[in-house]
Amino acid sequence: MEDALLLHRLQFAFTATYHYLFPQLTMGLALLIVILKWVSLRTGKEIYNTGARFWGKIFAINFAVGVVTGIPMEFEFGTNWARFSTYAGGVIGQTLAMEGVFAFFLESSFLGLFLFGEKRLGSKLHFLSAFLVFLGSWISGYFIIVTNAWMQHPVGYAAGPNGTLMLSSFADLLLNPWALWQYLHNMTGAVVTGSFCVASTGAYYLLARRDEEYGKIFVRTGVIAGLISSLLLAFPTGDAQGKNVAHSQPAALAAMEGLFRTENGAPLVLIGQPDMEKKRLDNPLHVPEMLSFLTYNRWGAQVKGLDAFPADTWPTNIPLLYYSYHIMVGLGTIFILITAAGSWLLWRKRAYASRAFLWIVMLSFPFPFIANSAGWITAELGRQPWLVYGLLRTPAGTSATVSAGNTLFTLLGFLGLYFVIGVLFLLLVMKAIGAGPARIAQHERD
Amino acid sequence: MEILWFCIVAFMLCMYVILDGFDLGAGVLHIAVAKDNDERRLVLGAIGPFWDGNEVWLLAAGGTLYFAFPLLYASSFSGFYLPLMIVLWLLILRGLGIELRHQVDHPMWRSFWDATFSFGSTLLSVFLGAALGNVVRGVPLRQDGYFFEPLWTSFTVQPDAGILDWFTVVMGLVGLSTLAVHGGNYLAMKTSGEVQRRARAGARTWSWGVLVTSIGAAVSAFAIRPGLAANYSEHPWGYVFPLIGAAGLVGVFYFNRKSDDVKAFLSSTAFIAGMLSSTAFGLFPYVLPASTEERFGLTVYNTATQSYGLGVGIVWWTVGILIALGYFTYLFRSFRGKVTVRKEGY
Repeated sequence: MEDALLLHRLQFAFTATYHYLFPQLTMGLALLIVILKWVSLRTGKEIYNTGARFWGKIFAINFAVGVVTGIPMEFEFGTNWARFSTYAGGVIGQTLAMEGVFAFFLESSFLGLFLFGEKRLGSKLHFLSAFLVFLGSWISGYFIIVTNAWMQHPVGYAAGPNGTLMLSSFADLLLNPWALWQYLHNMTGAVVTGSFCVASTGAYYLLARRDEEYGKIFVRTGVIAGLISSLLLAFPTGDAQGKNVAHSQPAALAAMEGLFRTENGAPLVLIGQPDMEKKRLDNPLHVPEMLSFLTYNRWGAQVKGLDAFPADTWPTNIPLLYYSYHIMVGLGTIFILITAAGSWLLWRKRAYASRAFLWIVMLSFPFPFIANSAGWITAELGRQPWLVYGLLRTPAGTSATVSAGNTLFTLLGFLGLYFVIGVLFLLLVMKAIGAGPARIAQHERD
Repeated sequence: MEILWFCIVAFMLCMYVILDGFDLGAGVLHIAVAKDNDERRLVLGAIGPFWDGNEVWLLAAGGTLYFAFPLLYASSFSGFYLPLMIVLWLLILRGLGIELRHQVDHPMWRSFWDATFSFGSTLLSVFLGAALGNVVRGVPLRQDGYFFEPLWTSFTVQPDAGILDWFTVVMGLVGLSTLAVHGGNYLAMKTSGEVQRRARAGARTWSWGVLVTSIGAAVSAFAIRPGLAANYSEHPWGYVFPLIGAAGLVGVFYFNRKSDDVKAFLSSTAFIAGMLSSTAFGLFPYVLPASTEERFGLTVYNTATQSYGLGVGIVWWTVGILIALGYFTYLFRSFRGKVTVRKEGY
């Protein structure tokens, strides 16, 4: 039974983490494509529209992979987490069904029009279809966040028959206070990913001295959107989300921060390695009293350490939780530095000529993906040992009838299939970037 | 309220089979009706803007099933673990086939994705039929409402049968031939020239398959689950569903011969809707009967969530589905008429 639990968790973690590499780019890029098309519509400059069309091509590949890797997520609630689904389906099924009805229909219908219909629709309606694809992807994000927020911080439910839960307040479910900040934090994270991909591609064109007009637009758009979103990521969204965790999941906060003992004026740890045997942090580098200030806005405030909670309510993988949280925060800080420097260079009109800066931007694109994944790993590991926080423990949620052997079979299948998809995806995106916006525009005219 | 949600989920699944059915069917016939690159681009162009939206009906139906009947969703998805995972892999490969084929301009690349698309569509059509077969035959439910079925055991219909036994294989063939006809009708409607001619011929050939397999499946279904007839004898108005299906099948033969492709497509739609609703009507109130003991069977009553959730759901569902039908009307109108291969690709 232990084996089966581990395999169910591994399969869900792997398929979810892999899947989310794509929607974060979809949601970020959708906004940037809308912006590029809007600029083109307002200024009449065709180059912004061709730029948007180039990103539309990459968007299409990315969207396709996002869709096909997303279908397993909905299925796995039933296939791998049947007891959880029976228990909570009456509540979170609402938001999952709403995602399908309100977001996916919108997204998929207008994606077809956006990709195939530019000539038929004309520029204004084509802009509208791009906007509706963006809207669909962001609505979809909301319903998924509300679903996750309910697992992090259950609201609007009541006890139903046979030990299951039922919905008692639809408004409470949709307006879960946890969901609002989690949503804004998550979406700004997606915009950071989109911005860095756009800027990185632009930097490549400038460094390679090709498609330079597009390169400049991409660097400018990416750096400015990247700066705005990175700042919003830290404050107010990240800050507020951290306070949510401190308030509702204090044990998770202690584990994230590597705080083993309750302290007045708790320090903020920058670097250090949790030692679970000795229950302490090795080689710590910290800012005194900073954690107390960030959490409670008072330097001397008491922050509860892990020792304040019974060990059976501690998150089950504290070192990984600690590292993923620190990776997320560390990378977020670096994003602000890169985009702030870029904005300053843009303002001084030196950004396109500074090869050192362009190299940094070009090589930076993987890091938002890592930061977003680390953020989700933090959220999900912080929720442990609960599947539904405070209500249902993770081992009680699996499909009891699905054996470890069958789960390993499908996990291996997913590993193999997703490896192939990853290779194909990289191949096709590199091919599109290699062809470049100018050639795609040329292709259209012929 | 439970009955209403039963009808809603049945309606959504039926929409899924009708809509994704035509692009699955197009995939089944893909290699047979389209011989060269331009013809294959024509087939993919005919389904290109639609297939993704069609597949959303599966996700939306799944989500609706999840919230309205949580135990049914949990029990069937974990019990059908292996076939569902294989369905997922096939959906992934097939979707990639449609979307990635035109990305690289090389005949080997295209051949590979043509084969993948066709293979995936064919197996999925069989699986859809076999899935329905499993629901009709019943599954080895335990007292707690859960079960697990291997892919196959001895291929005989018995309490510990696997997903595939002779009955569900026959149902799988019903699924395959029905969707092939449906896809052929769709392609004949949306294309012209050689592809149209071959699509019509394909639909004609496969409709004999539909006739033979569905008669076989219907006879065996009543033999395996005699209870299916009970609802019909109690409520004779239910006979309208099989009559719609039968009329659809007659229409398929008739309009195919007259080369009236739109009416042929509407006929295969009526056949699918009629047959699925007949099955649902016969099974009701069961949604997943037990092959172990009758009383372990899952019904709309013992799997539904509470009335507050169902009541809230009916409000947003109605609003949402009306909007979605609006999108579909707009989308199908925007891409109405015959597809042609443009130089740019589809």
